[in-house]
Amino acid sequence: MIAVRRTFPLLLLLVSLLLWSSLVQANLTIRITKGSDQTTPVAIVPFAWKGTGGLPEDIARIVSDNLERTGLFRAVPREDLISLPTRASEVVYRDWRLLQVNYLLVGSIESQGGDRIEIRYELFDVINQERMLGETVSGRIQELRSRSHFVSDRVYEKLTGQRGIFSTRIAYVTAEQTGNASYTYRLHVADADGQRSRTILTSREPILSPDWSPDGKQLAYVSFERGRPAIFVQEVATGQRYQLTNFRGLNGSPAWSPDGKRIAMTLSRDGSPEIYIYHLDNRRLTRVTHHYAIDTEPSWSPDGKSLIFTSSRSGGPQIYRIDLSNGNEERISFEGNYNARARYSPDGKEIFMVHRDAGGGLFSIAALNMQSGRLRTLTTSPLDESPSVAPNGSMVIYALMRGTRGVLGVVSTDGRIQYELPAERGDVREPAWSPFLN
Amino acid sequence: MDLMKYSKAFALAAFFALVAGCGGATMDDVSEDIVSQSEIERADAALSEGIDGASDAAARAIGDATLPNVRVIYFDFDKSNIRSEFYDVLNLHAAYLMANPRARVVLEGHTDERGTREYNMALGERRGNSVQRYLSLQGVSSSQMEVVSYGEERPAVRAAQSREDHAQNRRVVFVYR
Repeated sequence: MIAVRRTFPLLLLLVSLLLWSSLVQANLTIRITKGSDQTTPVAIVPFAWKGTGGLPEDIARIVSDNLERTGLFRAVPREDLISLPTRASEVVYRDWRLLQVNYLLVGSIESQGGDRIEIRYELFDVINQERMLGETVSGRIQELRSRSHFVSDRVYEKLTGQRGIFSTRIAYVTAEQTGNASYTYRLHVADADGQRSRTILTSREPILSPDWSPDGKQLAYVSFERGRPAIFVQEVATGQRYQLTNFRGLNGSPAWSPDGKRIAMTLSRDGSPEIYIYHLDNRRLTRVTHHYAIDTEPSWSPDGKSLIFTSSRSGGPQIYRIDLSNGNEERISFEGNYNARARYSPDGKEIFMVHRDAGGGLFSIAALNMQSGRLRTLTTSPLDESPSVAPNGSMVIYALMRGTRGVLGVVSTDGRIQYELPAERGDVREPAWSPFLN
Repeated sequence: MDLMKYSKAFALAAFFALVAGCGGATMDDVSEDIVSQSEIERADAALSEGIDGASDAAARAIGDATLPNVRVIYFDFDKSNIRSEFYDVLNLHAAYLMANPRARVVLEGHTDERGTREYNMALGERRGNSVQRYLSLQGVSSSQMEVVSYGEERPAVRAAQSREDHAQNRRVVFVYR
C-alpha cells in the first residue's frame, strides 16, 4: 500500500526529470570536420548589457558561431579585439582596418523592466567606412537565443544577399538500445544548431521519414507504434497528432506538397509499392505511378507540378521524374548503380540524393544538376543517407555512420564546409530541415 | 525502486494521451488501376518450376507438423528472390501451417543497413511477399500469413561492417502468433 501511495509523487518527479533530461541530454553538439580557407574576416564585439543580473546567453558568441558555421566568415578571437564599441559613435574604423576585418558588428541589450529586453545592433563595412545596418529588436529575456538567431539572420542576409537559416529548425530521430533486442525511438525537434532539442514522440517501435509541412507547423512521419507502418501528422507546438493512413502493406515516405494541401506517399495497398497523392481537404487518394517495380521516396518540385521518386524499374534504384499534368515519366539519374531518395534544391535546379558509384563503393550524398546532368559527390563516408536541403539552398543535412554510431552531418552545397552534430548517446538519423519559420 | 518501470508507465501514459482522440482516416476513394501483373506472374512461374520436387517434401511433412526450428531465411543484396537452399526450410513451414490451420505467421521482411530507409522498407516487403507467394503455392491459406516490412530498422547485427554481418541482416523472419 505504501508503494501505491508513493507512486504518484515519484511519477511526478519522474515526469519533471524526464522533461528536463529530454531538454538537456538530447542536444547535439557541433564538431567541424572540414573548414574553408576562403573566409571573410569579421569582428563581432560582445554586446553591452544594461540591466541587472546576468544574461542567459552570449549573443555575440551565438552570432559568430552561426556565421562561422556557414564556411563564409571567420570571426576575430575576442582577445584580439582592440576596443569594445557598442554603438556607431564609439567605432574607430582605423582600429578595425588594422585588425584586417572587413565587417564589424556591435550592439547592446537593454532591460525594459520585468523580463523585457531591447537589442540594438549595428553592422559596419570597415573598408568603405559605412554603416550597413542599424536595427532594434525587442523580446523577453528567455527569448534571447531566438533573438540572437534573428540577428544572425539579418547580418547574414545583409552580407551575402541570401536569407539566413539560423532561425530554422531540424527534426530528427534517435534510436537508443534499451535491452537485448529492444530500442527506444524518439522524434526530436531542435534549433538548426542542434540546441534546444525537444522530444515530440517516444516509441518502442521504429519512427522514420519525418517531413515538415511548408508552414513549418506540422510534421508527417512514419511510425510502427501499432505493429505496422502508418503515416501520422503531428502539430509541433502542441504535440497533437492523428493517424493519416492505415492501409495494408507499406505506408511510407510522406512528402508535403509546396502548397501544403497534399501529401505524396508510398503505399503497397494494390500489391506493389507505388506513389500516391493524398488530398488533405477531401481525403481523396490519387495513384501516381503504375509499375510492378519498387516506386518510392517521392519529392515535390518547388512549383508543385512534378514529383521525383526512386524506382527499381531499370534493375537497381534510380531517380525518375513524373509530370503530374500528363503522367509523362523520365529517368533523371544515370551515373552510378544506386541513386535514391532525392530532394530538390529550393530553386529546383539541383537534386540531392544518395549515390553509389558503379564500382559499388560508398553510399554518398551527391548533387545532380537538372539542366546539365552533371553529378557532384559531396560526402565521402561509407553510409551516408537521408539528405535534406536547408530552405535557402546553402546546406544539406544528412545521416552518416561515425564508427558504429549514427550521427548527423551538414555539408554546404558547394562542398566547401562540413560539420557533424553528434548526440551524447544513441544513434541519430532521419534529419529533416524545416522551411523558413519567420 | 524500479525506475525503469515508472518511466515505462509514464511513456505509456504519455503515449495514450497523445493517441487518444485520434481517429484513423478511411479512404477508399482511389482511382483504381490495373497493376501490371507480369512480374508477379513471371516470378510465380519461376517459383513453380523450381518447386516440383519440393512440394512432395512439403506434403510428406504434414503428418508430424512440429513448429520448424529454423525461422529465418536470407537474401542477396537488393534481391527478393528466394535462394534455392531455403526451399526445404520454407516447405517445413508450409507443412506446419497447413497442418495447423489456426496457426498465424507474420513474415517480417528485413534488409541490411546500406541504401536508403524507405527503399529498404519496400525491399523488405518484397522479400516478405516472395515468401508469402511461395507458401501460398504450397497450399497455405493467405489468411494465415501477414507480411510486415521493417526495412533496415531492426537489423539482426547492429552497425554491421562486414560482408557477413550485412548478409545476416538481409532476411525474412517467421514470427508465429
